[in-house]
Amino acid sequence: MSYPVEQNEKFAAYAHPERLVSTEWLAAALEGGALGDGKLVVVESDEDVLLYETGHIPGAVKIDWHTDLNDEVTRDYVDGEAFAALAAAKGISRDTTVVIYGDKSNWWAAYALWVFTLFGHEDVRLLDGGRDKWIAEGREVTTDVPQPAAGEYPVIERNDAPIRAFKDDVLAHFGKPLIDVRSPEEYTGQRTHMPAYPEEGALRGGHIPTAASIPWARAAAEDGTYRNRTELEDLYLGEAGLTEGDDVVAYCRIGERSSHTWFALKYLLGFETVRNYDGSWTEWGNAVRVPIVKGAERGSVPALAGK
Amino acid sequence: MPSWRGHIDATGSQTGPDLRKLEVMSTNTLPAALAEIVDDFQALTEPDRLQLLLDFSRGLPALPERLLDHPELLEQVVECQSPLFLTIEQEKTPDGVAYRLYFKAPPEAPTTRGFAGVLHEGLDGLTAAEILAVPDDMPELLGLTRAITPLRMRGMTAMLGRIKRKVAAADRLLS
Repeated sequence: MSYPVEQNEKFAAYAHPERLVSTEWLAAALEGGALGDGKLVVVESDEDVLLYETGHIPGAVKIDWHTDLNDEVTRDYVDGEAFAALAAAKGISRDTTVVIYGDKSNWWAAYALWVFTLFGHEDVRLLDGGRDKWIAEGREVTTDVPQPAAGEYPVIERNDAPIRAFKDDVLAHFGKPLIDVRSPEEYTGQRTHMPAYPEEGALRGGHIPTAASIPWARAAAEDGTYRNRTELEDLYLGEAGLTEGDDVVAYCRIGERSSHTWFALKYLLGFETVRNYDGSWTEWGNAVRVPIVKGAERGSVPALAGK
Repeated sequence: MPSWRGHIDATGSQTGPDLRKLEVMSTNTLPAALAEIVDDFQALTEPDRLQLLLDFSRGLPALPERLLDHPELLEQVVECQSPLFLTIEQEKTPDGVAYRLYFKAPPEAPTTRGFAGVLHEGLDGLTAAEILAVPDDMPELLGLTRAITPLRMRGMTAMLGRIKRKVAAADRLLS
């Protein structure tokens, strides 16, 4: 960790307090001139591709999940070369401390952080509360777009296995816990997309058998910050029924909302093995002959065809 | 052209594999103001197109007082990723009936606002025949398909579709 870790009571209770910074901490760091030397880079990552342009934290650069992190042709993330080029262009070097924030309680910011982690970027943190909290506190924003000096970023081959699950991994995972972070309507199969979002691209509605339903936003407080350790334990150990040491897979519709839950399980509660299934419902709900459960019950471990 | 988007350099270079040239057939069905907007977008590179969309989001007029106090008069376009409400009103003119368009979208949703701004500047004050002649896939002519997710492009198409449906229904009541 190349930049001092924030110490406060709320973060100290988490398994990995070094993964979060508060708005106060960031404001103080910026005031102290932290952005000058490339050791700290602040990244904004939003759902809306134009939101950064309407005003952002001074000195923050923008990374768009769709145009920057997704491969343009294959349904996959960019490769090592493209990521190295992106990072360098944003002034990020391999040893840079990266603080990511965004809209909607850091939903897309957590997704960007997860992609940074696929490339093994060591020190990447979330701004607790994200964009909305920064603005609600009346902190400075600007429309000036920084032109950072290029960083030095090596070409790193992505290492997906530890934190990313594919469809076959999920089929092999039955018997171990799954967390479905979509809305209750999507979980039961009443709809295949978020409330108030368009119907999008899934032929079947429902959930992966045995998955517990914990909508992602329940991990966030009113102000967009993560709930404290006790509240998160009530949610995931209590309600979802996880136990310490569990191997967990989280999913949603395309893997963005579940990144927010992945972060909470991995870094705040300290589960060693948590994977995000980014194929999520747009893959599972269209795949031929995968088992699905409809309704509010979790369902039981399916007997798979061919096993 | 309104001053709020006067700073865009419409002579910027125009390259990129996704640039769609207007077919002669489709320009014929676009009202003049909308055709001009489409030309402006197509003359720009992708980053500048996004900047132009942002300018349109800033230029979207606020709702008039009478609608501000009556949210029930507006309809939500649920296909949009962010809350977008709209309504239309008829206005008698010497030539017949013109349609006025009103939109409401939060400032935290600049992409949605931007497209509402495009439709407002391109269609406000036109006749039913002019509005109904706009091709349903007109949003794709703006050249934003690569930069903006398919989900949001669908929201834009839905916004245009809703306007056309409302105008068609209102126009039927006149005859």
